[in-house]
Amino acid sequence: MAQARKPKLAVWKFASCDGCQLSLLNCEDELLAVAGHIDIAYFPEASRAMAKGPYDLSLVEGSVTTPHDVELIQRVRRVSKYLVTIGACATAGGIQALRNFKDVQEFVSIVYAMPEYIETLATSTPIADHVRVDFELRGCPINKEQLLEVISAFLHGRKPNVPPHSVCIECKRRGIVCVMVAHGTPCLGPVTQAGCGAICPAYHRGCYGCFGPQETPNTDSLSKWWSHLGVKDQDLVRAFRTFNAWAEAFREESIAHEK
Amino acid sequence: MGSSSLDTELAVLERDHLQLLLDILGKRGYRVVGPTVRDRAVVYDDLASVTDLPVGWTDEQDGGIYRLKRRNDGALFGYAVGPDSWKKFLHPPVVRLWRDKTGGNGFQLVEEDEGVPRFAFIGVRPCELHAIAIQDKVLLNGKYRDPSYEARRQGLFVLALNCGHAGGTCFCASMNTGPKATFGFDLALTEVLEADRHYFVVEIGTELGAEILREVPHKAASQAEKATAEGIVAKTAGQMGRRMYTTGIKDLLYRNYESPHWSDVAKLCLTCGNCTMVCPTCFCTTVEDVTDLAGEHAERWRKWDSCFTMDFSYIHGGSVRASPMARYRQWMTHKLATWIDQFGTSGCVGCGRCITWCPVAIDITEEVNAIRRSERGS
Ligand code: SF4
Ligand code: SF4
Ligand code: SF4
Ligand code: SF4
Repeated sequence: MAQARKPKLAVWKFASCDGCQLSLLNCEDELLAVAGHIDIAYFPEASRAMAKGPYDLSLVEGSVTTPHDVELIQRVRRVSKYLVTIGACATAGGIQALRNFKDVQEFVSIVYAMPEYIETLATSTPIADHVRVDFELRGCPINKEQLLEVISAFLHGRKPNVPPHSVCIECKRRGIVCVMVAHGTPCLGPVTQAGCGAICPAYHRGCYGCFGPQETPNTDSLSKWWSHLGVKDQDLVRAFRTFNAWAEAFREESIAHEK
Repeated sequence: MGSSSLDTELAVLERDHLQLLLDILGKRGYRVVGPTVRDRAVVYDDLASVTDLPVGWTDEQDGGIYRLKRRNDGALFGYAVGPDSWKKFLHPPVVRLWRDKTGGNGFQLVEEDEGVPRFAFIGVRPCELHAIAIQDKVLLNGKYRDPSYEARRQGLFVLALNCGHAGGTCFCASMNTGPKATFGFDLALTEVLEADRHYFVVEIGTELGAEILREVPHKAASQAEKATAEGIVAKTAGQMGRRMYTTGIKDLLYRNYESPHWSDVAKLCLTCGNCTMVCPTCFCTTVEDVTDLAGEHAERWRKWDSCFTMDFSYIHGGSVRASPMARYRQWMTHKLATWIDQFGTSGCVGCGRCITWCPVAIDITEEVNAIRRSERGS
């Protein structure tokens, strides 16, 4: 497919830890291929490139937490043909969405010496709450193979192979022994979207839910089973309130167990 | 299988000679795979020696619970089936079907030619022989044969094992699939543990089995040894952890397509797909086409799929089975009813895996009971 013009890619950062952008930088070998086929036009994290838009594909990391973010995301949308959010922050508000359950002004007054300089919103919200998003890539952080898959798919006009089913399916395909059934270790895999390759169960840990809710998550039934395994309500709140605390299914489940 | 020249007499193989049998299979070029302990479960993997087997291990199983336990003897096969089934070798979870080798200049499809090994399966349970026979029907007997399955299935050597221990979720006795192997094996063993002796009573299923047995020390089984082996299998039949009431089951499920009970089970079901992944007869797959960034290279991969995903029934406009209720009903009705119309057998062999490995202990035998009860209005 000889292309006269290389498609232009932009990578934007909102409130986040940079981990997802680092996944792109972590693609070492593949990054050379990415750079060969895409014009990395705007990527402050990686280069001084600051070419002007419009861009064919914008990858957006981070959540909206300040009045400035609210304006910037509108501008990003205007200059982007496709807008893909990457990671739990951009897709569900991230770990910083824990503020949504509390009064943020109280934190600000405790944490900062000069709270009057802090301009922040009461909530941390996903990008899709503000603008139309073409695709949401899950994970905290994202999986680099999935990122490359999404970039390839958008460049070639096909649907990305990013299945929204449970972690359990990829766990079983890998032949991992189920930690919940065989060890009694609580696992969020059945309500969590696949994509990580079931890393935690592969290391005998329960899934932490960092890819957010699967397509039809039955959090209520899983919580009942966890209780049966001896997990207390307060720990159920914590389990659902991590990287994807503000994702609807996890949010409601955590609230249901709050006393 | 039964060729008339076969020795129909049972033989006896001492435990200490089992290694020779594995060695002979290895020397004949088989990839010898069988049960072994990994991550606190009995899984199927490569076996180098008899000591790789789950020596002295057993398991306790119930809905959503599996615990490996020590036995007080040195049994090699003293466990019930674990999470793996032989489909992981015959119908692997992920395979590449083809790749395009042109690198952007046109399109030339290269079918996968993986150089599939010849497998020798060690310790195949009777229910699993039935499961393999069912997958044969699905993947080889129709108009379209699955070349990947066929390549793996050809030249398979099967060392079956009559069950001496029924698991907490086993119900092969109600499905008429066990606990004794009746077909589909080259050799079938019954493991006998006595105070001062550990041996196997061997039944020969094929000429190849007889040939291999001839290469290891064995002798004809005595009346007493035969009776002991029969007794073991009979005792296992009486120890089934579950029971399935199969009378009129196909019509029962067809009649109850609209039963309110499906919503009850849907409240519990996680739509996680574990039951279909562990089921030794579930065969469904999806295909994923991938390209590289340059768009110069394409591949098609096939992966195990499950009727519990939304994509499974996605057609133009959305998923046909959007509700978890419809998906659970599809799974159970396919296993126990529509399978019969489609392939002439039940799709369930009573292995109990879907019960044990369901993270929330949904039990297919109980669900059938519940549908029966709901019909009686009690
Ligand atoms: S370990 Fe977790 S992700 Fe894997 S099958 Fe069990 S519940 Fe699902
Ligand atoms: S439906 Fe369940 S019990 Fe029946 S063969 Fe499949 S996994 Fe085994
Ligand atoms: S029960 Fe579901 S996954 Fe299993 S064979 Fe039937 S449709 Fe396929
Ligand atoms: S029946 Fe159990 S294993 Fe199957 S999809 Fe539902 S919760 Fe998962």
